[in-house]
Amino acid sequence: MTAPALEVTGLNKRFGGLPATKDVSFHVMAGERRLIIGPNGAGKTTMFNLVTGDLNADSGSVKLFGQELLGMPTQDRVHLGLARTYQILTLFPRETLVHNVVLALLGLQTLRWNPWTALTGHRHVYDAAHEALAMVGLAESAERIVLETSYGERRRLELAMALAQKPKLLMLDEPLAGLSQGERQTVRELLDKIPRDVTIVMIEHDMDTALSFAERITVLHYGEVIVEGTRAEVVADPRTREVYLGD
Amino acid sequence: MQWQFWIIQTLNSVAFGGLLFLLSSGFSLIFGLMRIPNLAHGAFFMLGTYFGYTLLQKGLHFWPAALLGGIGVGLLGIALERFILRKLSGNEQGQVLVTLGVSFIIADICLLVWTGDPMPLAAPQSLRRPLLFAGFAFPTYRLVVLGIALVAAVGLYLLMERTRLGAMIRAGVDDMEMARGVGIPVSRLFTTVFLLGATLAGIGGVLGGPILTAYPGLDADMLPLALIVVILGGAGSLLGAFVGSFVVGFLYNFGIALAPDLAYFVLFFPMVLVLVFLPQGLFGRVQI
Amino acid sequence: MKRGSIIALIVAAVVLLAVPRIIVNEFYVNMASQVLIYALFALSINLMLGYGGMVSLGHAAYLGVAGYTCILLTITGYDQLTAALLAILFSTLFAAFFGVLSLRAPGLGFIMITLAIGQIVWGIAYRANDLTGGDNGIRLPARPMPFGIDIRDAASFYYFTLVVFVIALFFLWRFSRSPFGASLMGTRDQPRRMRMLGHNVWLIRLLTFVMAGFWGSVASILFVYYNLFLSPHALGLQQSAEILLMAILGGASSLTGPIVGAVIITLVKNVASTYVERWNTLLGMIFVIVIMFMPLGIVPGCKHLWRRLQDRRKKSTPAKITASEPAA
Repeated sequence: MTAPALEVTGLNKRFGGLPATKDVSFHVMAGERRLIIGPNGAGKTTMFNLVTGDLNADSGSVKLFGQELLGMPTQDRVHLGLARTYQILTLFPRETLVHNVVLALLGLQTLRWNPWTALTGHRHVYDAAHEALAMVGLAESAERIVLETSYGERRRLELAMALAQKPKLLMLDEPLAGLSQGERQTVRELLDKIPRDVTIVMIEHDMDTALSFAERITVLHYGEVIVEGTRAEVVADPRTREVYLGD
Repeated sequence: MQWQFWIIQTLNSVAFGGLLFLLSSGFSLIFGLMRIPNLAHGAFFMLGTYFGYTLLQKGLHFWPAALLGGIGVGLLGIALERFILRKLSGNEQGQVLVTLGVSFIIADICLLVWTGDPMPLAAPQSLRRPLLFAGFAFPTYRLVVLGIALVAAVGLYLLMERTRLGAMIRAGVDDMEMARGVGIPVSRLFTTVFLLGATLAGIGGVLGGPILTAYPGLDADMLPLALIVVILGGAGSLLGAFVGSFVVGFLYNFGIALAPDLAYFVLFFPMVLVLVFLPQGLFGRVQI
Repeated sequence: MKRGSIIALIVAAVVLLAVPRIIVNEFYVNMASQVLIYALFALSINLMLGYGGMVSLGHAAYLGVAGYTCILLTITGYDQLTAALLAILFSTLFAAFFGVLSLRAPGLGFIMITLAIGQIVWGIAYRANDLTGGDNGIRLPARPMPFGIDIRDAASFYYFTLVVFVIALFFLWRFSRSPFGASLMGTRDQPRRMRMLGHNVWLIRLLTFVMAGFWGSVASILFVYYNLFLSPHALGLQQSAEILLMAILGGASSLTGPIVGAVIITLVKNVASTYVERWNTLLGMIFVIVIMFMPLGIVPGCKHLWRRLQDRRKKSTPAKITASEPAA
């Protein structure tokens, strides 16, 4: 397996006059666990948004298993096997947890255009949704309303929605942010259980967890890639220390 | 004879465009800043016309009547913003629907007070005689209306580009959060812009009186034209409102003069083209 | 379905069937037909408003397009059924075009564009004298005879309307619980997330727009059959606003809400225009009051109140406010 899952080349985006990403290029191999780090405002989430199509890039190229994504609507990218979670939770707050996952599953099925049969009659969708919730340890909470759940549970729901889609490339935007020590452990174990045919790109500030999880690390600073390499290489690199590790 | 027709229609078109500018510049500024289309704007215009009519009946001269009529409508605009829209701040959808409800109330009260009969407003005595020039007769009053609209356009331009208030409005149109962040008194700005927009619509109503006459339904005739101006020109853009007003003025006037059955088709097509190819309008800063 | 809803459904069916027997007075039977027609209008606009979060102020345009087409085709010599079907087809195609234009702008721009297009249709009806008779309007020569059944008298027409209404309601009910309905409600709450889940938000909205246009056109044909007459007054902004208000007043997030709204507005309008002339002021005031003080509408408001009362009786924990009532 040597084909790159994600190839980002010369990606540029400006807001007004300010460059948010400058010539960002990196490759992520299939099955790899990649960590993206960088100080606040380094352009990490912007880069995610460019890959998913939430934002339109000014120039550059983003390829998913060789297929150019730029210029393609977000939903089509998702149908090619892209899934992501958000740093700021964007769930359906008044619906049950299982309904949230069902919406994620519907997104990839032609069933979503059916205006006639009752959704609740499609058991297989609900079975798959419950399965995904069980994967993140939320089986018991399936019928609860999102508004009534804790922050940690919502984070896991985000993950369940992404995993339910069985993506080829999973992009996680700070999956550990705001979680307690115990919850971090749970999510960490969850991430370890994700099969190897899923490629993962993750933004995370929790260095202990993130560093032990990732195989390769890309450091962004002011919208540019300044260091890339294995865990050891990046940690040892003086430029990393300068911009990120703070000394 | 042919020449006379084209010249007169052109003049009518630009005069009507001037009225539309008075109406839609305020509409566009309110939309650009507060992000809501004020659907009571057509009613403001009509109310201005009726105010003008009554003030003229009371023996006031035309120009003071126009000013007073405008101020009257402006005060109503403040009331709408302060007592109703502000209570719904954050609920933009509710705000729009409330302005629609208010427009129905205003229109119905006009019907109650001024009855259903059309009421022509008399143009100022001195402007009633046509201006003779190079063998053609020009309607003097319409020329003056055009002149006032141009002065208003220059005035608004200077206000927006050269004053502190204008700078604050532009900042708000571009990025409301940023404007709030740097300490611009946003809520006072809303009231000011509403006052400005309503007053302009009211003055436009009085000035339009001698051309359009006051009648029930004037509001529903004018509001869509203002919408089309803003869709064409782009929301929050003074230049867009200016260009859009004259484009719509020409299309509407010549449409009615040449093919009355198709007048609305003539308005519709440019709007469709702009929506399909330039969704932000010709000069828009804000996505409508 | 819960037992309560089944009982309610049976009661409603009996009452609806018995209306012409209970109130023999033709005036009131006609009013009941009107209520049904407006309820269908309100339900159709509510597909967009309640399920899709799209506020349209141009819904009366379908009355213009479908209504005039139906009358003109009938006058030209087409039989009633063909005329009605072609009118609905044409009006639904128009809805697709209307939708593509309106969906160019998100949120409030959408309101503006629908309003502008609605007013343009009104203006064309008003100005195109040769075709539409302008301000004077045009007549439909006679009510049709569907399958040879005479629906000229008030009671038969009521039953005809009721049949169409129930069929429509059944479709809309199925829709509200369907996967497509769920996707639509998702786009209302989190359009961006829906895209990221693989949903084509634009297409979902457009199809909904077309569906609303279709049912609006069906209601329009009923409207024309009822009045046997159409003039630009019927397709003004006020008509669109009334239809929208029915859905908002009753409560947009359910099927019962728009029906309740249609009943209230139609009755108030008929009563008000009998005693006072100021219907527009009243309409405007209801608009302002509902939006300022009852933004969720009457049906959800009452449900909420009912639940609170019950909870107090049980002396249990305070009511949970769940807006995710299964739409019914």
